[in-house]
Amino acid sequence: MTTKETRTMPKTEYTIEPGKQEIVTTVTLDAPRELVFKAYTDPKLFAQWWGPRRYENKVEKFDARPGGEWRVVQVGADGATHGFRGVNHDVVAPERICQTFEYEGYPGHVALQTATFEPMGNKTKIVAHLVFESVMDRDGMVASGMRDGADESTERLAELLEKMKGGR
Amino acid sequence: MAADHLSVTFAALADPTRRAILARLAQGEASVTELAKPFDLSLPGVSKHLKVLQRAGLITQSRNAQWRPCRLEGGRLKEASEWVGEYRRFWDESFERLDEVLQDLIQKEKNSDDHQGDQDHAEN
Repeated sequence: MTTKETRTMPKTEYTIEPGKQEIVTTVTLDAPRELVFKAYTDPKLFAQWWGPRRYENKVEKFDARPGGEWRVVQVGADGATHGFRGVNHDVVAPERICQTFEYEGYPGHVALQTATFEPMGNKTKIVAHLVFESVMDRDGMVASGMRDGADESTERLAELLEKMKGGR
Repeated sequence: MAADHLSVTFAALADPTRRAILARLAQGEASVTELAKPFDLSLPGVSKHLKVLQRAGLITQSRNAQWRPCRLEGGRLKEASEWVGEYRRFWDESFERLDEVLQDLIQKEKNSDDHQGDQDHAEN
């Protein structure tokens, strides 16, 4: 596109297929991939964007070497904490990060997370692929934590059905 | 266990005909015959789909009235919706923030290019 666009919120696509143990998340951001890679691997930058705004991130470790550990703790306004940890299997600048992922609130259920960064001119397409040990693990991880008791209305149900129809 | 429900719910939702049936029931009760009408399905065909939805707790079928209407049960759908919603909220917000961080970095890079030679104040 050559026209000057006003900035809009990034549009994230989710592929969450029923009965499968993976989630694929795709988004294209308006920045070169070196920068995107940096935002993923520099602990100071990572802490500024990962997760909902209502949590403060503490990146306790991020060792980018193969076998290096990472751990992030999210702290809510009420002091509640959620820990996430794993091991970096491969960190290939600026194209790919492959690591294990475990939510400490649902221990023993380790997922494999791979983020790839594809250059699209001056933009970068991020494809995040998360594979769980089982379908139940996939469905259980989020169900077990990070809820904010948001009220769901019938519109949300209709919305879900729409998304499942269109979002494949 | 919630996770178990979710798997059954998602499996039931995996079929477009079943999603269309749910969408129809979101507007109110309907009989099996009414539900079969918009689809090219036999009554036994629809009944099979209804059975899957019933087993997943997504619908119930009344035993009282003669026409045995089906109705939507919101609870399980709500669970599934919450799950998807939670995951999406997490990443929608993350990528929104990542976008901000990146634009900020780009702006800083630009500024430091513009002011090359200027006495720059350290950003970090």
